[in-house]
Amino acid sequence: MSVTQILFWFLSVLAVISAINVVISKNAVFSVIWLIITFFSISGHYILLNAQFLAVVNIIVYAGAIMVLFLFVIMLMNLGKEVEPQKNKWLRLAGVIAGGCMLLVLVSALKDAETANQIAQVKEGDIGLINRLGVALFNDYVVPFEISSVLFLSAMVGAIVIGKKD
Amino acid sequence: MPINYYIFLSLTLFCIGIVGVLTRRNAIIIFMCIELMLNAVNLLLVAFSKMHHLQQMALHPSAGIDGQLFVFFIMVVAAAEVSVGLAIIVMLYRNVHSVDVNFLNRLKH
Repeated sequence: MSVTQILFWFLSVLAVISAINVVISKNAVFSVIWLIITFFSISGHYILLNAQFLAVVNIIVYAGAIMVLFLFVIMLMNLGKEVEPQKNKWLRLAGVIAGGCMLLVLVSALKDAETANQIAQVKEGDIGLINRLGVALFNDYVVPFEISSVLFLSAMVGAIVIGKKD
Repeated sequence: MPINYYIFLSLTLFCIGIVGVLTRRNAIIIFMCIELMLNAVNLLLVAFSKMHHLQQMALHPSAGIDGQLFVFFIMVVAAAEVSVGLAIIVMLYRNVHSVDVNFLNRLKH
């Protein structure tokens, strides 16, 4: 096994284990911590695929901004101490079975797909570098980029209006 | 790396997110599971863009760059979604003093 394969399997196992821990941990603060570990391992996958810009943006936006926002809200509500009411045991079992069936159906459908033996380029190729992405973003995608700034403005106004005490 | 490894990894993360949405009652954890599903899709988009780039590299040197820009825009939309969603959850907590989604059906009364 080469170093790339070892890194791939390590990051994959880390991502799956921490994602399972997000779902099963009782305390909401621990869920946030495990989700941050998941995001870091997905960023590691991006670095492995040489998508360096997305790796950095993933760490800054998700693991930085969004998770801090989640942690802030959880601590504001003081949810860490009290025990969350659990769903009925049979309902939880039905949820797990439904998700497992979905995984089974999708895996068996995509197992023999035409693309199954193609290769994703790892640790080379320059399309993930900020130079190429920036050129494409400000030439071909400049209108969606401007529209996303309007989206951010409206989201900010919406969050303030909803969160305002009246 | 073969593309089907990335497909199966993303499917696993996505289905863990689905199980979390179906089995938990805390609205914040449901929201975190939705973020997990978004990240699984992002990972698959990046893997597919690198696959497409490897195929079309000789003809189009910038093939596959659209996939990575879509991931960027998905992150932008996710950040906006989180800000509005957490504002709604905070407002819900202020009104009913709980973030249990089973209380959400009282909104219609």
